[in-house]
Amino acid sequence: MRSLLSGKATCNSHGQDSSYFLGWQEYEKNPYDQTRNPQGIIQMGLAENQLSFDLLESWLSKNPDVAGFKRNGESIFRELALFQDYHGLPEFKKALVQFMEEIRGNKVSFDPDKIVLTAGATSANETLIFCLAEAGDAILIPTPYYPGFDRDLKWRTGAEIVPIHCTSSNGFKITACALQQAYQEARNRNLKVKGVLVTNPSNPLGTTMTRPELDLLMDFIVEKQIHLVSDEIYSGTVFSSPNYTSIMEVLSKYEKAEVLDRVHVVYSLSKDLGLPGFRVGAIYSNNDTIVAAATKMSSFGLVSSQTQYFLSALLSDKKFTKKYISENKKRLKNRHASLVSGLHNAGISCLESNAGLFCWVDMRHLLSSTTFEAEMELWKKIVYDVKLNISPGLSCHCSEPGWFRVCFANMTEETLKVAIRRIKAFVESTSRGPDKAISGQRCANVSSRKKPFSKWVFRLPFQDREAGER
Amino acid sequence: MEFASEKKREILSSIARNDGHGEHSPYFDGWKAYDRNPFHPTQNPDGVIQMGLAENQLSFDLIEEWIKNNPTASICTPAGVGKFKDVANFQDYHGLMEFRQAVAKFMGRVRRGKATFDPNHVVMSGGATGASETLIFCLANPGDAFLVPSPYYPAFDRDIRWRTGVRLIPVPCDSSNNFQVTLAQMESAYTKAIEANINVKGVILTNPSNPLGITLSKETLTSLLSFTFEKNLHMVCDEIYSATVFNSPAFTSISEVMQETECNPDLVHIIYSLSKDLGLPGFRVGIIYSYNDQVVNCARKMSSFGLVSSQSQHLLASMLSDEVFVKKFLEESSRRLAKRYSRFVEGLKQEGIHCLEGNAGLFFWMDLRHLLKEPTHDAEMELWRVIIKDVKLNVSPGSSFHCTEPGFFRVCFANMDDHTVEVALKRIKEFVSNAMEVAMLRNTGERGISA
Repeated sequence: MRSLLSGKATCNSHGQDSSYFLGWQEYEKNPYDQTRNPQGIIQMGLAENQLSFDLLESWLSKNPDVAGFKRNGESIFRELALFQDYHGLPEFKKALVQFMEEIRGNKVSFDPDKIVLTAGATSANETLIFCLAEAGDAILIPTPYYPGFDRDLKWRTGAEIVPIHCTSSNGFKITACALQQAYQEARNRNLKVKGVLVTNPSNPLGTTMTRPELDLLMDFIVEKQIHLVSDEIYSGTVFSSPNYTSIMEVLSKYEKAEVLDRVHVVYSLSKDLGLPGFRVGAIYSNNDTIVAAATKMSSFGLVSSQTQYFLSALLSDKKFTKKYISENKKRLKNRHASLVSGLHNAGISCLESNAGLFCWVDMRHLLSSTTFEAEMELWKKIVYDVKLNISPGLSCHCSEPGWFRVCFANMTEETLKVAIRRIKAFVESTSRGPDKAISGQRCANVSSRKKPFSKWVFRLPFQDREAGER
Repeated sequence: MEFASEKKREILSSIARNDGHGEHSPYFDGWKAYDRNPFHPTQNPDGVIQMGLAENQLSFDLIEEWIKNNPTASICTPAGVGKFKDVANFQDYHGLMEFRQAVAKFMGRVRRGKATFDPNHVVMSGGATGASETLIFCLANPGDAFLVPSPYYPAFDRDIRWRTGVRLIPVPCDSSNNFQVTLAQMESAYTKAIEANINVKGVILTNPSNPLGITLSKETLTSLLSFTFEKNLHMVCDEIYSATVFNSPAFTSISEVMQETECNPDLVHIIYSLSKDLGLPGFRVGIIYSYNDQVVNCARKMSSFGLVSSQSQHLLASMLSDEVFVKKFLEESSRRLAKRYSRFVEGLKQEGIHCLEGNAGLFFWMDLRHLLKEPTHDAEMELWRVIIKDVKLNVSPGSSFHCTEPGFFRVCFANMDDHTVEVALKRIKEFVSNAMEVAMLRNTGERGISA
């Protein structure tokens, strides 16, 4: 009997059976509220930036024209309502690239004609893969990585992801050895490698890539003649040193080389500005053929003109952007410090990080065994007993059990304190103490360590919920 | 230079390199001519008048007034900024509950209460463009096919086929019966496809029709719905012009017909958008409404690739929940469309130009067969080039809509002001009288030669 729906509709490549999303679902059933549900689950699996809304609201109160769809006192409602040009609102693109330059300390410059607007980074990444790869081609991605990539890069495109295994032995940095191994794995599986996709700053690690790592990547893509996609959506969340180095900075040393056509940046305002609801993503590329193709594809997910207009006014205000970028970083830094010290007091350490909206937390010493089963067991305890929704490393395709991503910027200071108290109480109540650390593993033959992901997918009886964030 | 650019293309996917985006169609060439030399009443009165863009510009004032009077609907005003944080943070692919409820209610209103819609089946998408593509991703695999009555909206070639790999099989309709698609034509196209070993997955109807500007009759919808039920095919109805019906017969939606005819609801899906009915294409509000839970589920997950900006959801939720406004808007918008349509059609009739009798949409289907040198597509393109270059009107040639009968053109009427309408009619009048003279001379000449 012929199937009623498509293969894509009936498979689970959307990745939503992952524990990453299941934790959210548990949270939805019993969400923490300071007064109304103080025993509920605290959401620490949502990489949102909720720390700086007041700055945006204050800007709005000083800029009433924007609210009235006015430009220089004249109504532009009609113009906006009709504007569906996939080239995007010119003043918005200009303001956006200038914002991106500012975030990079004005060390690089972006051309507004080389930027393509998309409905969020979700759409940007998918669109890029549609442009770069055939169904069945492979993209190499360092682990651990954002769980949503399984959906964004593979689902409708038919592309494959082959992991570049990174480990705690060197702070999860990418090594030449890991890159070559990943490339070889793809070849062994008869997959044509089309490119590497990195997230810098990293989700879930919260670290910025070092210059040697970036140079290594460039050497690799030059050698293999493949693409490099640098997802830089957390670039504005770098709150302490080392300073951020974008791939765009590294590119400047390759002035006229052919590799310029194969390096692309993805951006979004969802993390840096905390506006995930507005669906503002972008692809930046020096390759005009990619820009042309991606622009046409952006028809499937354009940014609302109303939103482009608001943001063009906001981001053109240089006094505001300067103040916002610096104040936002300060608040992230403080919040990060609170979480790290709170965990430290509970005998839990984190990967040293300087960016992002989360910490990469080391709970290997709390595992009953160095296995992913034990990680799942620990995770379930944390969700159901400690009542914190954090994201297990397995859902991020980490090759070592025991790591968890814990978000810190999507709640109030008080809620974070409650969460830290709960963790401390939990650790104190368990039989293992902080002294029984298990040493990390080296870059070696990974096949024995990595269990097939599908073994850990489990279904819980509830309705599916949202899966839009990182 | 060429070698370098060829190398550049090689590193891209086949989708990025092929013409599936459809932008080489003449449909877009006319736009380019307009972009190079756009008409403006004072600054460029000899420019090209854009009549190839199906936009509804007649009722902005109503919407603008509503927005002015409802500052809480915006999250940027002092009255509405209290909601800024929650709305700006909201990226749940279910969409704001109040938005879905408002859309469901609005869709019911447009159908005069003959059908009701469940907010839990309302799925967002990046405009109808995103809705069409996403729905096809849910229903069909690469190589599968959908039957589509022609003439049809040119961008279906991109939306339905480009990245999905799905095929479109036109079911040609013609003037012999006013371009109404018949069951016989559909069955014939289906049979031919099956014989050619093509896996037909469903039918796509646009009702009201683009480019014809007519609503499909209840009888036609009923017979086609039964046909799809019998063959176990999906019935996809693009109803994005549903609130642009300005004359009788009143709009009959597939949602109505479903209630009175045996069918499998799991096979019925509606594509909707606020771009035409409300004239807000910039806000990118596309909707997939499916009666199939699994499709709703899948489409909702896919909507992550094209969610509606929460800022826009919030504004529209408020607007569409205002029943008094909605009633007034729907009535007034229809009235203005009727008036504009009738002015054009009357004006054209005076020049001996006939149009398909339309009752909906933002365009009419103009018959210029009598001005063709010969009844061929080449002659149609030649006439079209003359209309763009000399008459300076961007109208869309029937062939760009895959119309098999040469000589028809789609002309948009709702994207300009009254003054521009008169300029356009004047130009057509001049062109027609010149063309008639030329035709007469040509006929006389031919007679002269043969005599």
